[in-house]
Amino acid sequence: MSGKTLYDKIWDAHLVHDDPEGSSLIYIDRHLIHEVTSPQAFEGLRMAGRSVRAPDKTIAVPDHNVPTTPDRAEGIENEESRIQVEVLDQNARDFGITNYYPMNDVRQGIVHIVGPEQGWTLPGMTVVCGDSHTATHGAFGALAHGIGTSEVEHVLATQTLIQQKSKNMKVEITGNLTPGVSAKDITLSVIGHTGTAGGNGHVIEYMGEAIRSLTMEGRMTVCNMAIEGGARAGLIAPDEKTFAYVKGRKHAPKGADWDAALAWWQTLKSDDDAHWDKVVTIRGEDIAPVVTWGTSPEDVLPITGVVPDPESFEGGKVEAARRSLAYMGLEPGTKLTDIRIDTVFFGSCTNGRIEDMRAAAAVVKGRKLAPWVRGMVVPGSGLVRKQAEEEGLAQVFIDAGFEWRLAGCSMCLGMNPDQLAPGERCASTSNRNFEGRQGRGGRTHLMSPVMAMAAGITGHLADVRELM
Amino acid sequence: MEKFTRLTGIAAPMPLVNIDTDMIIPKQFLKTIKRTGLGKNLFDEMRYTPDGAEIADFVLNRPQYRHAGILVAGDNFGCGSSREHAPWALLDFGIRCVISTSFADIFYNNCFKNGILPIVLPEDQRDLCMKDAEKGSNARLSVDLESQTITLSDGTEIGFEVDPFRKHCLMNGLDDIGLTMAKEAAITAYEKVAATARPWV
Ligand code: SF4
Repeated sequence: MSGKTLYDKIWDAHLVHDDPEGSSLIYIDRHLIHEVTSPQAFEGLRMAGRSVRAPDKTIAVPDHNVPTTPDRAEGIENEESRIQVEVLDQNARDFGITNYYPMNDVRQGIVHIVGPEQGWTLPGMTVVCGDSHTATHGAFGALAHGIGTSEVEHVLATQTLIQQKSKNMKVEITGNLTPGVSAKDITLSVIGHTGTAGGNGHVIEYMGEAIRSLTMEGRMTVCNMAIEGGARAGLIAPDEKTFAYVKGRKHAPKGADWDAALAWWQTLKSDDDAHWDKVVTIRGEDIAPVVTWGTSPEDVLPITGVVPDPESFEGGKVEAARRSLAYMGLEPGTKLTDIRIDTVFFGSCTNGRIEDMRAAAAVVKGRKLAPWVRGMVVPGSGLVRKQAEEEGLAQVFIDAGFEWRLAGCSMCLGMNPDQLAPGERCASTSNRNFEGRQGRGGRTHLMSPVMAMAAGITGHLADVRELM
Repeated sequence: MEKFTRLTGIAAPMPLVNIDTDMIIPKQFLKTIKRTGLGKNLFDEMRYTPDGAEIADFVLNRPQYRHAGILVAGDNFGCGSSREHAPWALLDFGIRCVISTSFADIFYNNCFKNGILPIVLPEDQRDLCMKDAEKGSNARLSVDLESQTITLSDGTEIGFEVDPFRKHCLMNGLDDIGLTMAKEAAITAYEKVAATARPWV
């Protein structure tokens, strides 16, 4: 019999009940909730007269709808958004969820940034949230994935989830990254390689030297976009970096608990003889700084490339590429570095952490945004914002002409007023370039924070290596 | 949840690959705190111009597909956001079955929780359904969950796979939460063991 993968081990440790028909009941250690995908779940509980089984394992924070302008302390102007946030306040009160970070608390932020920051996310846990980018928490070696609202209700009521076991996929990034290449380029390149359905039905474990050498922030960036590759979750085995990041955080174990936890965490890795259903290997040296040209995260090319010809694809992708180029207003054969941009959006749960801020500020320091470019920096949490101010990074962005915003999802999906206008072209550090994602008719090019800064400074998509 | 046993209806063809949940229901409609009423905004940005007029050649605006009950779609349907608003919008419009070669995991799960049957077929069989769908309201597809077969308008039968547990829930309109609560003893037992093994959680 072959050994177990990290996924197998976490799964086994959380199995409540194995159904002979193939569905299992899995225990959930952390349930994160936000205002958009939870109201109907609480309504369901109320209608059935049910309570929240484990309020102490439930963590709530509003992030999608909240304005990121300083005037938000005075309340949310948009009525529907205001109601959604108020309903979350009310539900947290009514159902005894005291781990709540309301809009004007300094610890508020994007749910996937707040969880790790507060020490809620720990190795070996199961973590779910009504949000597909829950995959982020996999960076700690936690089995973390997005669920729908019916499942949110199920977890609230029972602290378990009915699951079918996924297959195991290994994504290995060997060797070293070259200068100018970061975690975002890794994760986009993997999706470019496998396609957005490449991971369907699988849990990915990322490994290899290039992954090991990433910071925890970088690892979160990689796992965040596992879902864009279709995977149920992304995982990275915990190591000394993980333990160092977790230690001392508010909700991390202390004293004897810490020692016991550490002893278990150190066993959390895939066995050498584990079975993999699918393996992808990419050389770190082969990864270039990349951008997306189309409306699917798989539409990835090195910045040195040109806009592809739709006819060069096969099957249904030909029509999809035609549609993408029409939407993006691009002609085949155009050099990517000739594409002029209007806006830079720097933020989101993919790239809104302190490391991202530091790397981006290093590129921007002493430079200015191109005169026609609007730039926005939206820290992922109030604490990231505070730290960036203390380190002087905020001033670097402000001096360059960026707007320095409060924390939230912001223009990653534009549920608040931060949206692109039709035809507006954006260099974005977020994770989805879908049609209309950042505003109806808006055109999104995904890239790393340093690449977004290079685009902002030059006014067109640009190779950050030329600014280094 | 409404039961799903057998469905005969018009199928709308949407051969585009990677139809994501942002397309199915754009974010501006996620501000609701209800599950119902989203049908009119299904595929909103593909279906209407910015000032709200119908785009005539969008499939669900064409007269023959206005009452479609089935969608036949390109690969990787439902990718992207976990928003359950996507199946809610499909259901509210009247679509109870989606046929494709592959679905994104979360969307696939969400369908079953809402009485919608997602069917995965190999490409050649999906293409047969697509051909039938392209015939408009002259052709009706029949989907029988009990026998796990799709019957095309010319009588051709296509079998499909479905997880037995999900099939059972769908056929009986069962609520997952109720089923799980019946396993209360197992959950409590697990919590006891876990509290000793990993007290820090
Ligand atoms: S930042 Fe974007 S991707 Fe992340 S949770 Fe918010 S909306 Fe979703």
